[in-house]
Amino acid sequence: MERRASFRHWWIGIAFAVPQIVLIFTFFYWPAGQAVYWSMTLQQPWGGGNIWVGFDNFRQIFADALYWNSVALSTVFALFSTVLSMGLALMLAVFVDRELTGSKIYRVVMIWPYGIAAPALALAFRFIMAPEAGFLSFVNRLWPGLWDPGLDGTDAMISVIVAFSWKYVGYDFVFFLSALQGIPKALKEAAALDGAGWLRRLWDVQLPLLTPTVFFLLVIDITESFQDSFGIVDIMTSGGPARATELMVYKIYFDGFKGLDYSGAAAQSIILMGLIVALTVLQFRFIERRVHYK
Amino acid sequence: MIERTPILNTITHVVLFVGFLASITPFVVVAIAASHDLVAVNLVPMPMLPGGHFWENLHTAWTTADLGPKLVNSFIFAGGVAAGKVLISAITAFAIVFFRFPGRQAIFWAIFITLMLPLEVRIVPTYAVAADVFEPYRTILDVTGLNGLIESIAGVRLDLKFGLLNSYAGLILPLVATATGTFLYRQFFLTIPDELVEAAKMDGAGPIRFFVDVLLPLSRNNVAALATIMFLWAWNQYLWPLLVTTEPSHATAVTELKQLIPNVGGIPEWNIAMAGTLIVMTPTLVVVVAMQRWFVRGLISTEK
Amino acid sequence: MADISLRKVAKSYGKTSVVEALDLDIHSGEFIVVLGPSGCGKSTLLRMIAGLEEISGGEIAIEDRVVDRLEPRERGCAMVFQNYALYPHMTVADNIGYSLKVAGVPKAERRARIEKVAATLALDTLLDRRPAQLSGGQRQRVAMGRAMIREPKVFLFDEPLSNLDAKLRVQMRIEIRKLHNRLAATSIFVTHDQVEAMTLADRIVVMNAGKVEQVGTPLDLWNRPASRFVAGFVGSPPMNLVEATIAADGAGVLADGTRIDLPEHRLARDAAVIVGVRAEDVRIGPAVNDPRLVLGVEFIERLGSASLVHGRLAGADFVVTAPPALAEGAPEGLALTLPVDRLHLFDAVDGRRIETDASSVEALPIAFETVAAPAL
Repeated sequence: MERRASFRHWWIGIAFAVPQIVLIFTFFYWPAGQAVYWSMTLQQPWGGGNIWVGFDNFRQIFADALYWNSVALSTVFALFSTVLSMGLALMLAVFVDRELTGSKIYRVVMIWPYGIAAPALALAFRFIMAPEAGFLSFVNRLWPGLWDPGLDGTDAMISVIVAFSWKYVGYDFVFFLSALQGIPKALKEAAALDGAGWLRRLWDVQLPLLTPTVFFLLVIDITESFQDSFGIVDIMTSGGPARATELMVYKIYFDGFKGLDYSGAAAQSIILMGLIVALTVLQFRFIERRVHYK
Repeated sequence: MIERTPILNTITHVVLFVGFLASITPFVVVAIAASHDLVAVNLVPMPMLPGGHFWENLHTAWTTADLGPKLVNSFIFAGGVAAGKVLISAITAFAIVFFRFPGRQAIFWAIFITLMLPLEVRIVPTYAVAADVFEPYRTILDVTGLNGLIESIAGVRLDLKFGLLNSYAGLILPLVATATGTFLYRQFFLTIPDELVEAAKMDGAGPIRFFVDVLLPLSRNNVAALATIMFLWAWNQYLWPLLVTTEPSHATAVTELKQLIPNVGGIPEWNIAMAGTLIVMTPTLVVVVAMQRWFVRGLISTEK
Repeated sequence: MADISLRKVAKSYGKTSVVEALDLDIHSGEFIVVLGPSGCGKSTLLRMIAGLEEISGGEIAIEDRVVDRLEPRERGCAMVFQNYALYPHMTVADNIGYSLKVAGVPKAERRARIEKVAATLALDTLLDRRPAQLSGGQRQRVAMGRAMIREPKVFLFDEPLSNLDAKLRVQMRIEIRKLHNRLAATSIFVTHDQVEAMTLADRIVVMNAGKVEQVGTPLDLWNRPASRFVAGFVGSPPMNLVEATIAADGAGVLADGTRIDLPEHRLARDAAVIVGVRAEDVRIGPAVNDPRLVLGVEFIERLGSASLVHGRLAGADFVVTAPPALAEGAPEGLALTLPVDRLHLFDAVDGRRIETDASSVEALPIAFETVAAPAL
């Protein structure tokens, strides 16, 4: 999109853009390029030279069962948390959109979880889901040994998924509700005059019009499930038990900063970047209506 | 619209109430757990009424994790990111939308691409840059041979070294270096009618006057929304502060939570942990409640 | 007060030409209306004079000073925009006084000048309001005030009335003309509304497809349209235009073979022409010696003071002004006479006016008594 009216002093324009350019070059493009370089070399931690190894790092990663473990876990995590949070959010938004008495309060409260830092809610959920004390502990009193995220990998995964979804229901809710309220009232009224009941209208009119929002949130939630999950995993499970919740970003962090394997971590970063870029491109393909960059 | 749907209305109320409970329960559990002593908090099932040790626990958590200075750090960090974003985004969007200069499209796309890759996935090299922030420029000088040139002319070898670890700049700058806010402003600036720009020109205003007198006042809503979102986003950052602040003096409240996790096999001081959690989540919760309108608006318009 | 002269002024975007080598002289204190359909380049012309648009060729001079490279603020023009372009966050007073603020005029003087302008425009009670709290007409006046306060040499109006409702438009039209008479600055007013043009202008510049079709007083345009385009654009209903060929005896032959008498001309046999006649110049009823010229009536618009009979004549759309009585019981066919001295001829190929002996006939002289105007 171009505007007709612009200013002639183009050097002022450039001067105004310089701070941002310097910032993104220093903290975005250089590191991103660096990651590519590191992923192709074997580097001694902090100095000591690099040896060019081509795609060896990638080969190594793809041969590593632990890496595939983290990919599988990330996929499971992304899938369940996205479906859970989007499903619940859509249901809540549809009901709030009916605007019965009290819907104002729901509207306000359901956004709160998104304001909470992932590590803070992780600590809260760690307590809530602790096996020996806290909110869920009575389960073990009734059926001893049934629930223990500290020992059972599946229980641990369920815990992080629930914690993450709790936060993102609020986020998705905001978007669904705003999209629902953006649907012209006249459309619902026309459908009502056509004899469609509430469920029919929901199915035939509202949900189809929500498709762009669904696609948009799908991509956002999956992307967030890669990044915002770090705090939750680190506080709740530290990737355990026995790597049962070692998601991709957590593994990058762990290999890079704990294992000091920068080349491996860089190669993993590149793969993750590729994945996220692919998702974003997909998003633009499907939701061009939402975004009008020329 | 007149509709008689008693059953549907009942279902609506029930579902929404359950949703309400699910949203609110974790907050309630945290608050209740934070008000009991060590024994009561570890009871099974957990007590459902508040106990009498609330202030005591808050105090213990506050001192154990040294939350006072950490909260100050968090405020500086989050406030810095919000302010930096609001400022940098505004001037960049102004440059992109209201000027035509060579390479404008290239700059637009260069900024746009940063939307795609969050900090978390390029964390390792970004950390390296923060540890030695002039490294990119030093490398460029070396590789291009410029440094040799400068050396031969000035007789001095440029050896720029400057680490950003354990500094506010190190915390803040990398988080400012994304396009989120720029695009929020850009979309808004594009809705400003051309005639308004032309009217300002006819009134004799140059670009900077126009920016200060017309554009900024009109952007107030966007500033509020962006500042709210960015404050929350930065406050809730975890991985980056965890890496950049190796010394406790610059640690943020959120990273400090880790200190409060009861050790496996140690004393299960959940009451203290929950009191700490409550302290850390309260500022953001207050912001969300107080700035609800801007928060929702910011979420929807930044589309992260 | 300023003379403006445009020499071979052109504007193109890439290969698309918007305004082609345009020459125009505007006299000091004149009210010029630039009239044309949308996309004809009239707004671009105005914006080039204002300095909002760079010119691709030619030269613009205001008061003998070439202003091509000058910024808008250096040209001494003020502009009223179509959508008013008021600053939404500023009060009426701040909107009107913004140019003075930019120019660094001290606050007290600024205030005094704002109040003076506001009084002229009856805005004095609204000075602390924001544009959103004003009606359309009030916003329009604020936009005028913003232009007036600078006491410019040239006023530029870019379709300033098109966003007002019909009644207000008529009212503001009169206000603008009164204001012009009082301030005696040069005004250039762009519009697509021919009624606005006819009522406001000292001279009208009719533009079409980036070119000037005709420059003249409103009555010039009415009586002697220079082209088929002007004939069809000026007047409501527009002039009827019917194709004809010239017979051996100089008469016109319509598409259906009907012969009509034409004014004296020097056209060759078989030449293709367009015959133009205004609806109100057509006489109803058969001519004494005329073959059957019959309008196939399709429908009748009743305006009250007259009725417009729409129909087809020799395959072309045709309108006739009839007395209101005709409204009742409309006939299917209406015999017509085309008065020879009221016919206009245009070249069928390039649309230019063909001079005939009827061309010299100006408006019918109307006798009226001069009465002393009452003292105001």
